[in-house]
Amino acid sequence: MQALTNRSKNVVNKKMTFMERIYLPAILKGMWTTLKHFFRKKNTVAYPDVKRPFAPVYRGWHVLKRDAQGRENCTACGLCAVACPAEAITMVAAERQKGEEHLYREEKYASVYEINMLRCIFCGLCEEACPKEAIFLTDRIVPADYVRQNFIFGKDLLVEGIDPANRIDVTKRQKHIQEHKTAATIQ
Amino acid sequence: MSLILLFTTALLIEKIILISVLFAITLGVAAYSTYGERKVAAFIQDRLGPNRAGPFGLLQPLADGVKFFTKEDFTPNAAERWLYILAPGAFMFVACMTSAVIPWGTQLTIFEKPVDLQVADLNIGILYIMGFVSLGVYGIMIGGWASNNKYSLYGAIRASSQMISYELAMGLSIIAVIMMTGTLSLKEIAAQQAGLNWNIWYQPLGFIIFLVCALAECNRAPFDLAECETELVGGYHTEYSSMKLGFYLFAEYINMFISCAVIATLYFGGYNFPGVDPGWLGGFMGPIVLFAKIIFFIFVFMWIRWTIPRFRYDQLMHLGWKSLIPLSILNMVLTGAGVLLFEN
Repeated sequence: MQALTNRSKNVVNKKMTFMERIYLPAILKGMWTTLKHFFRKKNTVAYPDVKRPFAPVYRGWHVLKRDAQGRENCTACGLCAVACPAEAITMVAAERQKGEEHLYREEKYASVYEINMLRCIFCGLCEEACPKEAIFLTDRIVPADYVRQNFIFGKDLLVEGIDPANRIDVTKRQKHIQEHKTAATIQ
Repeated sequence: MSLILLFTTALLIEKIILISVLFAITLGVAAYSTYGERKVAAFIQDRLGPNRAGPFGLLQPLADGVKFFTKEDFTPNAAERWLYILAPGAFMFVACMTSAVIPWGTQLTIFEKPVDLQVADLNIGILYIMGFVSLGVYGIMIGGWASNNKYSLYGAIRASSQMISYELAMGLSIIAVIMMTGTLSLKEIAAQQAGLNWNIWYQPLGFIIFLVCALAECNRAPFDLAECETELVGGYHTEYSSMKLGFYLFAEYINMFISCAVIATLYFGGYNFPGVDPGWLGGFMGPIVLFAKIIFFIFVFMWIRWTIPRFRYDQLMHLGWKSLIPLSILNMVLTGAGVLLFEN
């Protein structure tokens, strides 16, 4: 009979040779293999101690940036919330009072800014939508939790610290977005 | 009269100290075997293994022990209560008893008094070990049966028939050694293998048979059909929890330790090593050498476990009855011929 494909194989019920039947050479061969693995470099990355470098385009836990004087960039325009396909962002706008100039860069700011990390799909459209360079996605991982309520991140978890040590570096991300935006305008 | 009393008291104290030390070492080795097993498994599988508790995870056995003690001690409703409680204890007891006749070294000199490094120099030492190894079946059998669980019962039946089958080949392979050495005392067997005059050179086939049987007797992979996680949940200790389970697991590691000690004593010269006098370091060199050999064999046991897949039950029985027993009888005949030829 003609074979339908050339992939078929003839199966033979071959008798084992004496060397195969005494089984010991095969065991020794197997043990040699495992011994080689014993001394091989381990693949494990001991996660909390050692962190693998992220790709430059990695998108994780958001940060709300401050400017060089430590004032919040966000003006609560709501463009990020509009851009968000998962509707994860909500905010409440407020007017800057006298004496708060060192806290907020412009007259309007977000008194409440919340991102629901369970809804967020980390697409990065919010940072593209932002006209003030206020929101960026960083390479920090959103930690696990037992309670859904704890995944709604308010300003306490989103805004970066004032002093230089607590600032969060977003230059990688800034560059990427800049390239992205330029490409979009050219088109 | 009082002199005899004094002498017996001194002997009693000496033996009690020796037994306590041996007991502590056995338990310590068993505890650290669990750690070693997990490390060896991890290394063979290109992983790191436990490394959280203490440096290199060295406190892991301690953490495991605490875990075992604090877990809920559960007794199934349908279990035969007293036998269920008795079984792990019996298994542990039998496992600990076997170490009594292992000669750990020649002699120690403490306070100018020679101390034998052996709890009991029985002139039938090897028979004593075989006897206690056979008693080990009871701990598994009673535990599996008393649990009143079909998986436990399957595991227990498998374990008992496997252990009984492999004891035959094991005994026959030991007979060849006894024919050669002319004694049943482990102390004399060890003493005869001074330097590199080890029994392995005369009994290579016997050693392989003994090693395979020892693996089967310890219910270790590739013969761990009694536990057989993939088919029988946990085998004979499916229903056990807390320290009762801990006892079973612990006793299995003690059995492994003793098997390795017996292998080292019977075939690999016990406390002898070429160029090393067991009397060095005030007699402590012998135990150190023997211990190194035991650790090596424990490693080999683990190495085998993480290399070879489990046998099917019919293959296990086929190997035991149709291969190992005829082979060990052949080995006996060859040894007999050798003894006749070279010693006359």
